[in-house]
Amino acid sequence: MQALLASLVSVAFHGAALGMILYVISVGLSVTMGLMGFANLAHGVFAMAGGYVLTTAISRFGVPFPLALVLAFVLVGAASIVLERLLYSRLYAASDLEQVLFTIGLIFIAVAVARFIYGTLQQPVVLPDYLKGQFSLLGRDFPTYRVFIITFSAVMVGLLWFGVERTRWGAMVRAAVDNRAMAQSVGIDTKRLFTLTFALGSGLAGLGGGLGAEIIAIQPTYPFENLVYFLVVVAVGGLGSLRGPFVAALLIGVSDTACKYWLPQFGAFPIYVATIAILLWRPAGLFGRHA
Amino acid sequence: MSRHAGGYSADPRIRAVEWLPWIVAVAAFFVLPEYLSLGARILIYILYALSLDLIVGYAGIVTLGHSAYFGLGAYVAGILSAKAGISDPMLQLAAAAVAGGLLGVVTGAIILRTRALTLLMLTLAITSVLLEIANKASSLTGGADGLSGVVVAPIFGMFKFDIFGKTAYLYCLVVLLAGWWLVRKLIYSPFGTSLTGVRENSLRMHAIGAPVYWRLVLVYTLSATIAGVAGGLITQTNQFVGLNVLSFESAGELLVMLILGGVGRIYGAFVGPVVYLIAQDMLAKQFPEYWYLGIGTMLVLVVMFARGGILGIFDGLLAKLRRQA
Amino acid sequence: MSAVLETRALCKSFGALTVADKIDFKLEPGARHALIGPNGAGKTTFVNMLTGVLPPSSGRIMLGGEDITALGQATRVKLGLGRTFQINALFRRLPVLDNVALAVAERRGVAPRMLRAASAHADVRAESMELLATLGLAEDASQRILDLPYGKQRLVEIAIALGLKPRVLLLDEPAAGVPSLESHRILQVLDKLPPEIAILIIEHDMDLVFRFAQRITVLVQGEVLVEGTPEEIGKDKRVHQVYLGEQRHG
Repeated sequence: MQALLASLVSVAFHGAALGMILYVISVGLSVTMGLMGFANLAHGVFAMAGGYVLTTAISRFGVPFPLALVLAFVLVGAASIVLERLLYSRLYAASDLEQVLFTIGLIFIAVAVARFIYGTLQQPVVLPDYLKGQFSLLGRDFPTYRVFIITFSAVMVGLLWFGVERTRWGAMVRAAVDNRAMAQSVGIDTKRLFTLTFALGSGLAGLGGGLGAEIIAIQPTYPFENLVYFLVVVAVGGLGSLRGPFVAALLIGVSDTACKYWLPQFGAFPIYVATIAILLWRPAGLFGRHA
Repeated sequence: MSRHAGGYSADPRIRAVEWLPWIVAVAAFFVLPEYLSLGARILIYILYALSLDLIVGYAGIVTLGHSAYFGLGAYVAGILSAKAGISDPMLQLAAAAVAGGLLGVVTGAIILRTRALTLLMLTLAITSVLLEIANKASSLTGGADGLSGVVVAPIFGMFKFDIFGKTAYLYCLVVLLAGWWLVRKLIYSPFGTSLTGVRENSLRMHAIGAPVYWRLVLVYTLSATIAGVAGGLITQTNQFVGLNVLSFESAGELLVMLILGGVGRIYGAFVGPVVYLIAQDMLAKQFPEYWYLGIGTMLVLVVMFARGGILGIFDGLLAKLRRQA
Repeated sequence: MSAVLETRALCKSFGALTVADKIDFKLEPGARHALIGPNGAGKTTFVNMLTGVLPPSSGRIMLGGEDITALGQATRVKLGLGRTFQINALFRRLPVLDNVALAVAERRGVAPRMLRAASAHADVRAESMELLATLGLAEDASQRILDLPYGKQRLVEIAIALGLKPRVLLLDEPAAGVPSLESHRILQVLDKLPPEIAILIIEHDMDLVFRFAQRITVLVQGEVLVEGTPEEIGKDKRVHQVYLGEQRHG
């Protein structure tokens, strides 16, 4: 009984860490899909880029960990602005098929570039000493880094939600997600809004990718391998919603960890089946609005 | 001239130029005997691309999960041979077709109640399910190592699969011919025209009393059946089946082949795989990293500047020439 | 004479917003009936409920005496209910002939056939061409919709609905967006519509309404304000009040 409780706590804990990472990465995808109606399947590229920035900064340039996290956020966010202005913005009115093709093309390019620069192996993650080891919480030992992931992500999530609820930018995003044409007619500069939001979402993805490099390995095939997970979080959570994907990410993080721990012979099979079931029951996601 | 084949105003007779691909294919058999295994692969992918074009190009359903049916067909043919000892190629192919069709009708009925992202997501989830099963049920599927020991008996007891790939090539050519004939009939039929209607204006189709959902389920099932056949062929010609038949990378590649040739036109599904696979054969071996870079760039450029694919570019050139004449 | 289309206490609300409030409506066979009302009165919502696009919150819809409230769009079409859309819902990249032929083929049960070529179905083609001829569109049969002037596109919209040989035809602002020089064509076509079809027309163009309709229903904020002959409606003070200051869109 003690052992069962211990493993339940452990699964919940590790599941929460995975869930938080998934959310930080995927929230940008949810917002841009709700805001621009653009299915950016290449979102995982930004997460991967953040992971490479972080690991390269630490291993090759000796950058301290906190600064490396900031770099992951800023560099990826900045790069995404360029991509958005040059490429994405031309395709907001394009058909679903064209958007899918375009983003797949971006994934192919990113995968090739990553392979070329870094080779095919996973990037090793070197953690600073103060984040290694175990952390004592309520009489139990948890890996310090996972505790850090959860708390840091929670802070970022809090900031994000505060920003969306209280700032002018947030109000504009909420208006535009709700009714784009209306938002434009009340004078909201949707172009700037899209670019800014896209940059923020991509930056967060980069941050999540770097932060979660230990959990979701950084390798060239990252955008392909994890695409399903990010999309599941958004689809199950509900497009354009902020809280929906949070719940979905935690659910998926915990269920995935639980399944891999107790039913390893099934792999991720139960997650996919559950996703299918949920999407059939609620096609707009658990918290999404009807189409 | 509208590039859409079919419709109530179209002439359904096979034009002379439509025999060109077959003449080329037969000529290749005699003139390029060293390339027959690449040739067979191209033929199979043309069939696979045709099946995808039915739903993407004609019915307008955007999916990334077509490899589920291809992969299932491939594994069913493989397992039937390697595990159940059935080596008759016709039986293997029939099983692959039935498997593809069954999965197609079941999954189609489910996912076609949804649209856009939800539908796309579901197609990915279904493929992921199959991938997981193929990976984990290794006693049946060979897991990550793949399934070898696939035996294909001589066709009709007479035509043995030789090491030069001659039989395989002709076998695939005949199957492709049958598939092409079927797909072409479908596109020119009233059913095919109603699919174009669904793609062009689904709202209107509902308002004229068309049972849109059932039409889509039907075409989806047919498409899945053909994809299953293509999958069976790949196992039969390689005498092996691995996880890559179900991978997202290969699903993406198929989409690239289709887009390259031109979506929503039968011969786009011919041109695309030919160009892609030949280019891949020539370039990818020498510069593997550059290959995916090139494909990705090409995809981005095609979407931004040449949405009709190669055939679309031809159409544009032809139109220019006609205007100057 | 029993009504061919009827609604009983039809209601529709979105949360606290009521867009249709206990609408009782009767359409007689062969009717020429107009539904008018200011913008936002709920006219298109009403049509959407009749055709099955929008489910009502309560109330019943009867077609030819049969309760069709729970039936889907396609079934209602098969039972003889046809409509046109306020904004053209055409197959823009297809030729005019195909636009009409698609409807005719559905009605004739030809549409699901897979083996014979569509263009080999001479019966469908002939009927479609005949229909186009009665609307004066015969020479445009092979033109693509997007190459046609807007007025002609509006006519194709009607042709498609006629191809269904409906018992009841719902015309949602057939003259909308058509320059007033061309709208007489629309009126001509409306005048020549087969007398057996019961027609409900939603319109803002009052000229067209008063020349075409034998009965008029006025809808205001989801409720039926008054119903009567054109003379009665023309004299009704409440109707004048409702339209006072309203901008006519023609």
